[in-house]
Amino acid sequence: MTAITSSLRDITFEQQLAQRQRRGKILEIAALIAILLGIAMLLTLLVDVVIDGLPWLRPQLFTEFPSRFPEKSGLRSAIQGSIWLMVFTSIMVIPIGVGAGIYLEEFAPRNRLTEFIEINIANLAGVPSIIYGLLGLGLFVRGLGLGRSLIAGALTMTLLVLPIIIVTTREAIRAVPRSIRLAALALGASQWETARDHVLVYSMPAILTGVILAMSRAIGETAPLITIGALTYIAFDLRGPLDIFTVLPIQIFNWVSLPQKGFHDLAAAGIIVLLVLLLSMNALAIWLRNRLFIRW
Amino acid sequence: MTNRRILEQKTVLVIIFLFALVSVFTTFGIIGVLLQETILFFEQVSIVEFLTGTRWTPLFASKKFGVLPLVNGTVLVAAGAMVVALPLGLLAAIYMSEYASTRARSVLKPFLEILAGIPTVVYGYFALLFVTPILKSIFPQTQAFNALSASIVMGFMILPTVASVSEDALSAVPRSLREAAYALGATKAEVATQVVVPAALSGIAAAFILAISRAIGETMIVAIAAGQQPKMTLNPLESIETMTAYIVQVSLGDTPHQSIAYQTIFAVGMLLFLMTLVMNIISYFFTKRFREVYE
Repeated sequence: MTAITSSLRDITFEQQLAQRQRRGKILEIAALIAILLGIAMLLTLLVDVVIDGLPWLRPQLFTEFPSRFPEKSGLRSAIQGSIWLMVFTSIMVIPIGVGAGIYLEEFAPRNRLTEFIEINIANLAGVPSIIYGLLGLGLFVRGLGLGRSLIAGALTMTLLVLPIIIVTTREAIRAVPRSIRLAALALGASQWETARDHVLVYSMPAILTGVILAMSRAIGETAPLITIGALTYIAFDLRGPLDIFTVLPIQIFNWVSLPQKGFHDLAAAGIIVLLVLLLSMNALAIWLRNRLFIRW
Repeated sequence: MTNRRILEQKTVLVIIFLFALVSVFTTFGIIGVLLQETILFFEQVSIVEFLTGTRWTPLFASKKFGVLPLVNGTVLVAAGAMVVALPLGLLAAIYMSEYASTRARSVLKPFLEILAGIPTVVYGYFALLFVTPILKSIFPQTQAFNALSASIVMGFMILPTVASVSEDALSAVPRSLREAAYALGATKAEVATQVVVPAALSGIAAAFILAISRAIGETMIVAIAAGQQPKMTLNPLESIETMTAYIVQVSLGDTPHQSIAYQTIFAVGMLLFLMTLVMNIISYFFTKRFREVYE
């Protein structure tokens, strides 16, 4: 009697096990499909953009200013604006971000103020970018009277990407082993000399990678620059940091907003230029990481 | 040490300390700028009308300042985005953390990173010119600008964030928990859904809240694809306006400084800032909790 029940139980167990494993298979497939859906969406987007934009990817796209006619329109002022915005932003954000990172990681005492700074940085990383635009509008455009200038845009972008640079700098510095610092200090170097000549040198590739990734975030940002009033229709070459300006994503936004199909395709061509720029920056970051990274 | 070296260290320390303070100034700057104009705004408009009014027409001749239609639009789009991003993101995280081989991970992960790195203006283009026409062919009543296309595309934009933060939480669950469950005869899926996911719940909650906060603050997709019609509706096929899209709309026009329209964008910005701040704080505490448990 007992033998019969136990074998019966085994049969139910076997059946249930098969069912449980089927359910497991369903979960695995569903999970894989979730990722593949994301990738499919990415590929669809890229193919759509390339189909629409490729015919418009011609020399005029780079040499012409924007115009009322799609055939005569180009990205000349937008490309200039984007490049100079990146240059000015880098000049400000790299020393400030890396400096702040070194301070917090190597020198900051463990006290309330340091903790407050750290909470601040964590919070700033989560503030929507358009809020930085309002800050830039109130502080730089109106407050400092810089107007809708390139420099006002660069200052706004500096504050926007600063948390990213600080965080990546800190991670890079943290990866340098303590023994390096102790060796330098034992030879009589000051704390700052240790940080400058040893810690910073060893963490430079990782910091550079972080800087490039932060800049690739900045080059695609649109909302804060629209808020500070970066213009879309600029038909002259940029002459200095106090000039009004436009950038690639704003020019793309402007073309998407126009009703004519020609401008939509032109926007797609602009997107191709922007994505190629972004992908090459990312490739450079990956190359740097693989080539120069030091494994401890 | 020579005096010069001491002096150098002291000078540098002061400078990089000031650099670290820039972040504090930024926070104060944001609050200060928003408060300044918001206070001016509330001198002319009652805060009760702002928070409870259901008509938003600051740019028309008969001005109404009820912000609820903008909040309605924001929540509608964000909720739609979450319907896409949360289940797909969590499933993607489970796959990456529990199922994927090292090779599969190294192939799949870069794709998700690219998805996260695409500028939002590109997603806006895609929502307006690719997704909306498809929606129109399925639901003919779809308007040229609509909340649904923005929601779907925003959902995919946020998916990598949900996936990567949730994956961190899942990976932080100690091996011993998984092995104990296997020893009791659980299948792989049972371990994942009944042991690992519950154990990582606070981290997953942090990911979800972070995602909602991102969706509320997202600007370009809604500015391009969702329209400029602030209204109280739950129909995702209609044109709506979000808080962020309103700020863009006013910024594109030539709004004179010190006009009431200029002040509205700061009042709306203040509300947006407070909403995302609350969510970031909640998310921060959830993250801290799961770190405390397992690290």
